[in-house]
Parts: sequence; structure tokens; C-alpha cells
Amino acid sequence: MGMSQPVREDMESSLAAPVCRAPDGALSIREVSKIYDPEGVHVVALDRCSLEIAAGEFVAVVGPSGCGKSTLLNIMAGFDHLSTGQILLDGQPLATTEVKPRPGSDRVVVFQQGALFPWKTVLENVIYGPVVQKALGKQEAQERARQMMARVGLSGIESCYPGHLSSGMQRRVEIIRALINDPRVLLLDEPFRAMDTVTKSASHEYLLELYDATGKTIFFITHDLEESIFLADKVAVMTTRPGHIKMTIEVDLPRPRDYRLLASPQFMRLKAQAVEAVHEEAVKAFQAGEREMA
Amino acid sequence: MTTAAPPMAAPSLALRWRRTLANPRLWRGVLAVAGFFLVWQISSMGALPFMTVIPTPVEVAKAFWVFLAMPKYWQSWAESAQRVFWGFATAQVLGIPLGLGMGWSRSFKELSYPLFELLRPIPPLAWVPVSILFWPTNELSIAFITFIGAFFTIVLNVLGGVSSIPKELVYSAVSFGASPAQVFWRIVLPATIPSIATGMMVGIGITWNVVIAAEMIAGNAGLGRLTWEAYLAGHTPGVIVGMISIGLAGYVSSALVKLISIKLMPWRKII
Repeated sequence: MGMSQPVREDMESSLAAPVCRAPDGALSIREVSKIYDPEGVHVVALDRCSLEIAAGEFVAVVGPSGCGKSTLLNIMAGFDHLSTGQILLDGQPLATTEVKPRPGSDRVVVFQQGALFPWKTVLENVIYGPVVQKALGKQEAQERARQMMARVGLSGIESCYPGHLSSGMQRRVEIIRALINDPRVLLLDEPFRAMDTVTKSASHEYLLELYDATGKTIFFITHDLEESIFLADKVAVMTTRPGHIKMTIEVDLPRPRDYRLLASPQFMRLKAQAVEAVHEEAVKAFQAGEREMA
Repeated sequence: MTTAAPPMAAPSLALRWRRTLANPRLWRGVLAVAGFFLVWQISSMGALPFMTVIPTPVEVAKAFWVFLAMPKYWQSWAESAQRVFWGFATAQVLGIPLGLGMGWSRSFKELSYPLFELLRPIPPLAWVPVSILFWPTNELSIAFITFIGAFFTIVLNVLGGVSSIPKELVYSAVSFGASPAQVFWRIVLPATIPSIATGMMVGIGITWNVVIAAEMIAGNAGLGRLTWEAYLAGHTPGVIVGMISIGLAGYVSSALVKLISIKLMPWRKII
């Protein structure tokens, strides 16, 4: 990828939210718990999770599989509801015990497995949101989609079906399909999990460039600590059974970031500290689990 | 660098034929069919004593030649094809919506599935007596039995297709603002097309099985009847002509269904 600075500025003008609007997308997750109770057996998926996300902040939630991080994302996306606590989006209740969250184009999710519609071409996929909401006419939406895709180097694949693209390309298209809706928050559920190292690294830079250009709030879920430090401003570490945010790590690495950062002493130091802290928590959780089993 | 290659012209008909003929896939198929007839010829000529009751391919070919000249032979094709078409088409028209409905609405599935599962194991031919009593004409009762053959298969395939739609597709559509109706028509239906195609492919084979058997029991015309009459007349080569015709009819129908399903799923095309 490696886009030059002028392109980045150019992207800014076409991808960013309208200039007059105050930056939005601040999320406030307060004491959120989720208890599944299918047959009278309580399963605590989330246990009093709290996290403050400023507008335009890139937050990564890192934790082992099954720790409940996807549950948290699903609640924010409106696919699930919480048991106790509340989530505010720009000060307005998004999910509380009274307010059931609803899915909306202000909080679009990019999934791990990918969710492009296989029977639609890339262009048809990208314009799906604006067209279905009747926010734009088909012609306008196509025009805008072509513009956005051109700015991020995705020209030429508009009429391809997703099945004919690599997973890296698919995910890029999917991120553009989300951004064309001008969401307040971009929810990313391990979007690069199944990728090989090379594709993953290129996808990271792609995402960082889009983030720098759009300034969207990003909520990024992963199980990879290094990835989360490389991408995010703040890393929330979750532990399993029950899912709880044990600590947050502030990442004060400068932006724009690129792959060279991965080898820098600053990054190494931060990663070492994070590994140490996460390991301590993991051991505690593991021992707690063993006690529970015994 | 040399200059850019000229734009690719569509290959000429002669070239296309040459490519087809050079394809080993074709020759392997031909080899198997030819080998089959050769072994049959040798064994019926006396190499295998128990095979002598079966006429040789040469005798069958002679009988075939005679059949080809008979209007009744072609009528039989038309009769059976018509019954297959109506039974098959009705099964799709009723079965696809039913499968979609069962997959879409849990309460509808809970309502209909037990009855469906109770009726499904009843073989199409077990419907013959009731069918003859119920339907005013013979034609309708055979078409009905053919319909039964394809109906359950298509419903099960569509139901399976709807249930296995990745939930992320529906989630995404809803996030983008799709209404339930839009999700149904624009997401669930296209996502189910591959399963519909599989159901049709299996279903067309079953309808040919069923129509032949039904004709032997209840029909007065059709390829099944033709075969059965040849047997009653003690004309064994005729029986085998009937069998081969049925095989060809099934082959052609499957190819047609395959063509339709490719047209329905342009995104599945390999480039």
C-alpha cells in the first residue's frame, strides 16, 4: 500500500464527515453485564464492563476467544441486548435495560468472516447502504462509491463479484461499504483474523490510512496484542469467565503509523509492558479457572 | 516490450470444436460408454451364458431404428416429458415458497414441519391408488405422483438453504437499514438460490424415476408404458430401447436444469 501524503490529504476531503459537524462517535460503556439464561443456567458473558471511548478514538479490545468481546460489540451494533448497565453514544442512550438497541447505519460492523453479498458485484455491495436507506439515488451512490474506491486504490474491481477477490480485497471493500454510510462508529470484529501475515500487514496500513483520513471512532476487536497496540490509541484487555475489562493500556505512539513502527524501540517497550501485564492477568484468570474446576 | 496484444476475438466455431475434441474429458466419457456396449455385446453373444437372454446392442440398435420411425415412440417422449415438466414445475412453484416460509418463520415451521415429516417418507408410488381415485383424469394423477417425487426434496433443500445463511449477511443488511421485507427478497432469496439449484438437480432425477414407474402402473402412454408394453409383447429389444430412451431423457433434463441454475447464479461462474 504505502500511500503518499498528498493522497492522504486528498482522501480526507472525500471521506471525512461534513466539516461543519462536531466530531461525534463518543461511546460510554458503563457497567455493562450480559447474562445468558437459556435453561435456568446462568452464563455470565459480560461482567460489569466499563470503557470510555472519545469521539474519533481508535480503541482495541483484546482478549482470548470466548471472553465476551464479540458480545459487547453485538450489543453496540444492536444485534443483542444487555442485561444490566448502559451504553451511551454521544450522550444519548444506545442500550440500557429499558432501551433495546437497534441496528443502524451509524454503527456498521465489519465481520471476521466477511459479509459482502456474494450475488452482488463490488459496486452493488458498496452502494447497498445509501440506496436501501434512500439517502442517495442509485446514480449518485454509484458515483460516490467509485470516487471513494478510486481514492483508496480499489478502482477496476467494481464489477467483480466478491468471490473472485482475495480476502484482503474483500475486507477493504467491506470497510468502504461501511464508510460510505458515514457511520459514527466503525465496529470491527476481528476483520483480519483469518489472513496470512503479508495480507494482514497490508490491511493494517490500509485501515490506519482510512482512520487518519476520516477520523472515525473505531472499536476494534482482536485476540492479537501486537495488532491492537499497533493500531489503537487505547487497548482494553478483557479476561474470560466472566468477560471483564481488566485494564486499559494507553498507546501514546505517534500517528501516522506504518509498519516501521513495529520495529521501533518505543513500540517494543510498550509491547513488553503490555505482554507482562496481560500475562499476569492471564495467569490469575487461569488459576481462578483451575480452582473453579477443582 | 512489444506492442500490446490485439483484442481477443471470440474463438471461431471450428476452433471451439477442435478444443472440445482435444479435451480428454470428452474422450474418457466416450471410452466408458463404448466399453460398456462392447462388453455387453461380447457377453450377450455367448461369452457369459446367463447374458444370452439379453439382446445384443446390435439387435437393440436395429429395434431402435424401427422405433425412431414410429410416431408412437415420439408421442411417448412428449407424454412423459410433459408429465415430468408439470410435476416438476408445480413442485418448484409450491415447494420453494413453502421451504422459504419454513426457514423464515419459526412458528410456521413449528406448525408445518411435523406434518411435512409425516408425509415425506410415503413413497410417491404409494400415492398411486389414492391419486387414481381422487384425480378426475389419469393424466392428472400421474402428474400429481411426479409432483410428490420432487416436492419434498425441493422443500428440504430450500429449508436447509435458508437455515444456513450466514447470520452476518442478515445483520449487515439490517444495519444498513433494510426492512424485513427487503431482507427477505434481497438477501434471503438470493442467498438460497444455490440450495434451490441443488434441490432442482436432485428433483429432476426423482421425477423421471417416478413418472416411469407411475406410467407402468397407471398410464396409457409415455416412455414407461412403451417399455412395459414391449415387455408384455415379449419384445426384449424394445424394452431396452425404452430403458435407453429414459436414460437419455433424464440426461437431457439434468443438463437443462444445470443450464438454468448457471443462469440463476452468475456470481458462481468461474472466470
